[in-house]
Amino acid sequence: MDLSAINPALLLASLLVAATPIMIAGIGELVVERAGVLNLGVEGMMITGAICGFMATIITGSPALGFLFAALGGAALSLLFALLTQVALANQVASGLALTLFGLGLSSLLGQGYVGLKPPSSPKLDIPLLSDIPFFGTVLFSHDIIVYLGIALVAAVWATLKYTRVGLVLRAVGENHDAAHALGYKVVRIRVLAIMFGGACAGLGGAYISLIRVPQWTEGMTAGAGWIALALVVFASWKPWRVLLGAWLFGGITVLQLNLQAAGVSIPVEILSMSPYIITIVVLVIMSADKSRAPASLGRIFHASS
Amino acid sequence: MTGTLLTIDGLTKAYPGVVANDTVSFEIKTGEVHALLGENGAGKSTLVKMIYGLVKPDSGSMVMNGEAFAPPEPRAARASGVAMVFQHFSLFDALDVAENIALGMENPPPMRDLAARIRQVSEEYGLPLDPFRTVGDLSAGERQRVEIIRCLLQDPKLLIMDEPTSVLTPQEVDILFETLRKLTAEGVAILYISHKLEEIRALCDHATILRLGKNVGTCIPAETSARDMAELMVGTELQTPKSAGATLGDVVLDISGLSMPSPSAFGTALKNVHMRLRAGEVLGIGGVAGNGQDEMLLALSGEVRVDADALKLKGEPIGRLAPNARRALGLLTAPEERLGHAAAPNMSLTENALLTGNVRKGLSNKGFLRWGKTQSFAEEIIEKFDVRTPGPDNAARSLSGGNLQKFVIGREVLQEPEVLVVNQPTWGVDASAAASIRQAILDLAAGGTAVIVISQDLDELMEVADNFAALNEGRLTEARPTKGLSIDEIGLMMGGAHGMEVAHVDA
Repeated sequence: MDLSAINPALLLASLLVAATPIMIAGIGELVVERAGVLNLGVEGMMITGAICGFMATIITGSPALGFLFAALGGAALSLLFALLTQVALANQVASGLALTLFGLGLSSLLGQGYVGLKPPSSPKLDIPLLSDIPFFGTVLFSHDIIVYLGIALVAAVWATLKYTRVGLVLRAVGENHDAAHALGYKVVRIRVLAIMFGGACAGLGGAYISLIRVPQWTEGMTAGAGWIALALVVFASWKPWRVLLGAWLFGGITVLQLNLQAAGVSIPVEILSMSPYIITIVVLVIMSADKSRAPASLGRIFHASS
Repeated sequence: MTGTLLTIDGLTKAYPGVVANDTVSFEIKTGEVHALLGENGAGKSTLVKMIYGLVKPDSGSMVMNGEAFAPPEPRAARASGVAMVFQHFSLFDALDVAENIALGMENPPPMRDLAARIRQVSEEYGLPLDPFRTVGDLSAGERQRVEIIRCLLQDPKLLIMDEPTSVLTPQEVDILFETLRKLTAEGVAILYISHKLEEIRALCDHATILRLGKNVGTCIPAETSARDMAELMVGTELQTPKSAGATLGDVVLDISGLSMPSPSAFGTALKNVHMRLRAGEVLGIGGVAGNGQDEMLLALSGEVRVDADALKLKGEPIGRLAPNARRALGLLTAPEERLGHAAAPNMSLTENALLTGNVRKGLSNKGFLRWGKTQSFAEEIIEKFDVRTPGPDNAARSLSGGNLQKFVIGREVLQEPEVLVVNQPTWGVDASAAASIRQAILDLAAGGTAVIVISQDLDELMEVADNFAALNEGRLTEARPTKGLSIDEIGLMMGGAHGMEVAHVDA
């Protein structure tokens, strides 16, 4: 066992990378849930985004176009969920689970010819001077652009929810859809748009895994990241900055346990691999003791009956 | 001041199975308080929803200030100067006062300016409000203030208020009326919906009365008596239930030494209750809420078991029997809470009929349900008790309070009980439905059934009961004939010695 082999700068840097996919997917799901919709299909939308982005990147050779198509793919799949729950008024839990299963199946079908290929690597944002600062340069300023985009997205969602009218209306719809309808807001339209935003974010998060983190395509490669993103929203008590914190916490433990495995710590590998999930569950239990308020209309079906 | 603000001409709106509004026409003048009167289900809510743009009329037209007015959505109605305070508040608990108000405005100013205006307007009208408090923490009266301020900030020409006083204390009602008078002095017209007739007489200049979706008359409330208005609403002379005055038979229910701890944390235990009920008797049990009324019902229905000998039905001990066994012997109950206790909200009326009618009506056979028989039972209840619903397949929650109460009472009455126990049979029910429920109770007693009516409405008990007893802290007073009982005596029965001690300490 040699703990000195763990480089703290690299550890923190890879923490940011590990946290990014669940952070982006989580912030998207947060917006969906603040609008009062519980979409359990995050995993399915992530893996669909992962394969759509991977295919687009292989075909066009451009990672930027890849991420664009990943977002479109995730949003397109979420539109199916929106159709089921907002138009056909189907149960949200069942529809979300179905969406995950469907997304996993669809992605394996689409990805059949893409196993083993390697996508062109995404450019790293190399800021001169800043990335040369010892320690901080490695930790903060030597990542790909999506890492920064993810953090910017959290900030943008926070500011939109807090300071803009769009954000206020979205929160109002999630809080009391009957009252929002009585005041003349288009509940279904607002929710469909929120669901599509959530789908696009999940797609981006998935593509980050297949294009940058791994980068290659294997079936089921999101491996539960969508479920972690869902748990993250509850962990964050529906507050954007806490999604970022939670993602870093989970990412940190994931990276740390990998490093500990590499360093040969005498704890069974299985327990180390389990640890991020166990700690997520423990933190969730502790957090839910706090009377964190879920949006009051979350998961309830809205029907504009006169 | 006397110009016409809004003319409503022949508005009609039909829903499947019911015409909510049938060619309704009337006028609202600038600066007046116009009352819209009618029983539950008369079409008042649908009418104001059409004015506010939430519902589109099938036919008819509206003219506002000389121009055609047909708002496709609430936004358009608000732009024309129509504002509405809802019966069930349209507020968002998790948001603060300023945010709630901003949501009801077309072009809200920045939050800081809005907060300042809320302070200013709320103080000007005597309704002080802190813009940054969370609405979920406010009292019902304060929440209504939020709604009213939201309307006032848009400089409305017409303010619609749907049952605004049902959640207010008398003091809050006085403040509200002062605010409304101030508004009308400024030229705002108010359309005021209520079925509290004395309030309407105090506040309103004109009244339009709706019955079954039709405009059946107008009156000037200050010059019309409350009884006349009520009869216009109901359409017939208000029936005062009449007792046939049957002679009392043998003792059917004998309660002796009934003691029972309350199953709920804030309930009242029953303490050594004694009572004898004879066939054909109506016993009224009064008392201030929370003195053991709910526990009394639970003990009698069998939801909570008591000592076997504490309850005897025709000499047979039934204290340990479950509800269905008691039903089989002829003891039926109708609890206070209609949705959730007396009826399952999401189940159809047919299914609800089965839930208590199974044993006595034989609605199942070896564990298999007999749907045909059950449906005809539900249809019989609907027909005999004039339950207004498109049919027995509708969910219980889709019925208005009065209609569901008629169904719940009817379901028990038609099972021909030996003893029927009802708790708050006419709570939240309009005048004509209440009268028909009371009549049903009296008819049942005339047929030889013993009835216990638990109620907080003393007038009701005086009307239907032969004997009166009161619950006080879980103890039941001795029953006394209602004839010749004075209000003072009733007060003493309800208060008991304990209440006088408190008064003594206060003095």
